Amino acid sequence: MAITDQEIAELKQLARKVREDIIDVTGWSGGTHIGGSLSMVEIVTSLYWKYLRIQPHNPHWEDRDRFVLSKGHGGVGHAVVLALKGYFPPEQLRDFNKSGSAFGMHLDCNKVPGVDCSTGSMGHGLPMAVGLSLGARLLKKEWRTYCVMGDGECDEGSIWEAAMSAAHYKLDNLLGFVDRNGLMIDGPTEKVMALEPFVDKWTAFGWKALPIDGHDFRQLAQAIDFALEHKGQPVVVIAKTVKGKGVEFMENKAAWHYGGLNAELVEKAKRGLGDAS
Amino acid sequence: MSSGGVTWNVYDADKLTQREIYGLVLCELGERYPKIVGLSADLAQSTKIGMFGEKFPERFFNFGIAEQNMFGVGAGLAKAGLIPFISTFSAFASMRACEFLRTDICYQNLNCKIIATHGGTSFGPAGTTHHATEDLSIVRAFANLIVIVPADALETANAVRACMDINGPVYIRIGRGFEPRVYESEDYGFQIGKAVEMHPGTDVTVIATGVTVLHAVQAAKILKEDDKLSVRVLNMHTIKPIDREAIIKAVLDTRRIVTFEDHNVIGGLGTAVADVIAESGKGCAFYKSGIPDEYTIIGYPEDILHYNKVDTDGVIEKVREIMGKEFEADEDWEDEV
Repeated sequence: MAITDQEIAELKQLARKVREDIIDVTGWSGGTHIGGSLSMVEIVTSLYWKYLRIQPHNPHWEDRDRFVLSKGHGGVGHAVVLALKGYFPPEQLRDFNKSGSAFGMHLDCNKVPGVDCSTGSMGHGLPMAVGLSLGARLLKKEWRTYCVMGDGECDEGSIWEAAMSAAHYKLDNLLGFVDRNGLMIDGPTEKVMALEPFVDKWTAFGWKALPIDGHDFRQLAQAIDFALEHKGQPVVVIAKTVKGKGVEFMENKAAWHYGGLNAELVEKAKRGLGDAS
Repeated sequence: MSSGGVTWNVYDADKLTQREIYGLVLCELGERYPKIVGLSADLAQSTKIGMFGEKFPERFFNFGIAEQNMFGVGAGLAKAGLIPFISTFSAFASMRACEFLRTDICYQNLNCKIIATHGGTSFGPAGTTHHATEDLSIVRAFANLIVIVPADALETANAVRACMDINGPVYIRIGRGFEPRVYESEDYGFQIGKAVEMHPGTDVTVIATGVTVLHAVQAAKILKEDDKLSVRVLNMHTIKPIDREAIIKAVLDTRRIVTFEDHNVIGGLGTAVADVIAESGKGCAFYKSGIPDEYTIIGYPEDILHYNKVDTDGVIEKVREIMGKEFEADEDWEDEV
């Protein structure tokens, strides 16, 4: 499923729209986990507009591919993508964070159409993705499971428990991504709790690890295409990204892990999006 | 009630432990329900889910000593449409995997069955690390979760079958085995959420769960003979949802209630019963018996139960004590019922 220049141009436009919507929701909701939502935009845009076999009008379609946002705080980024895909009217995002709303910072699968797993607490998504992948294989289903993790999240022991089990059971229907933006709440990952040599760790745990530029649609497509053909072991894409990507005053700043934007900052943030991809 | 159609003759329940019965029943259910899968964290033999694994190797998954992952994977398997039976020791199910049980399974309301073995102090000499004296308190607070503590192997069989009728998470807490049989047969009308009257009585009601049910029944017989006391014994096998009706009726009929459990006195059966009594507004003498709010001693299970006064001697002692306890009776009971 090689990617064309035309597709890349379209995905770039979509990524820009996703970022605009993340900024808007952040503006009117009072605050979101905007930094890590902006860093994963190219990953989720690639998946939702090129790879995932889904039917937004039929969110519980049995044979759909599953998407698990293990870094559940990326909920705002996921929610705007689901709205753009048509799972629900985008106006509903006006309620984000509001009392009684279906939309909180961490999405609830029993409230938001299109969300396959409720996530939020770190280190829970990959174990569930392993279960989905094992289940699909046992039931002889063709659907695949895609799981997007945060890099700080990989401090959690349960990620590595799950990683061991995915390799042990040779889950080649599971594709993991780590949004390697290098920052967590308290600072750089390497300062808070060093992850490197990160690719080596995944390799040692039995995964095929593919380090790429996580904002480059061509590299993403090449990695995903590779994973779709790879047999006998799970694949993880270590996607080097920039936290706050596209908004100059947020880029590479841990302080923008979570934040709010007034009207002036919303405008400023959007103005700078021109060449985000 | 139970799934029906699953027929197996009563196993020799005097020889088989709760865990072995569980393993056998799960094998039977496995035939009937092809979507049942078994999960273990290196305790396939100890929890007896290995019996299912031997019969259905392709539907059995071991995750090594990694309980958090096992519970998360269980959630994923349930989402894929399977019915996971997840087995480990009660201490690990409720504490090591606590958040994965709560957030992945209960919050998402998934059809997972947790078989928590070695409940309470049943792992005796293994010591406090392997005792589960807080699990009921912890899991009782998880919305969507049904919590069952069978009294013996036959009730375990009933509970394991009945949980298949629930499209949601169920926590079944059983012992290590070697617990004596309470019931003569499986045919006593087991129903999730409905207490079973094990011994009729009008002077005092003993509400027990799990291994303490047998001791309560034995004590009731002795107290009838020696003290001419009429002791009602309720087997409160379902801790959540609790049988409010049976508790209120016991208050009305006997006005003296004592609870017994192999669990910390905080947060388990006794607390659940106390909640119901307090909300009823009815006067009643009441004691909670269980493990005091301290860490357990090491010893043989029967010695630990004796030490904590939740064995037959303990029930007798506490019932005699409560018969002398004063309380303010509500004279206007009739018009408030």
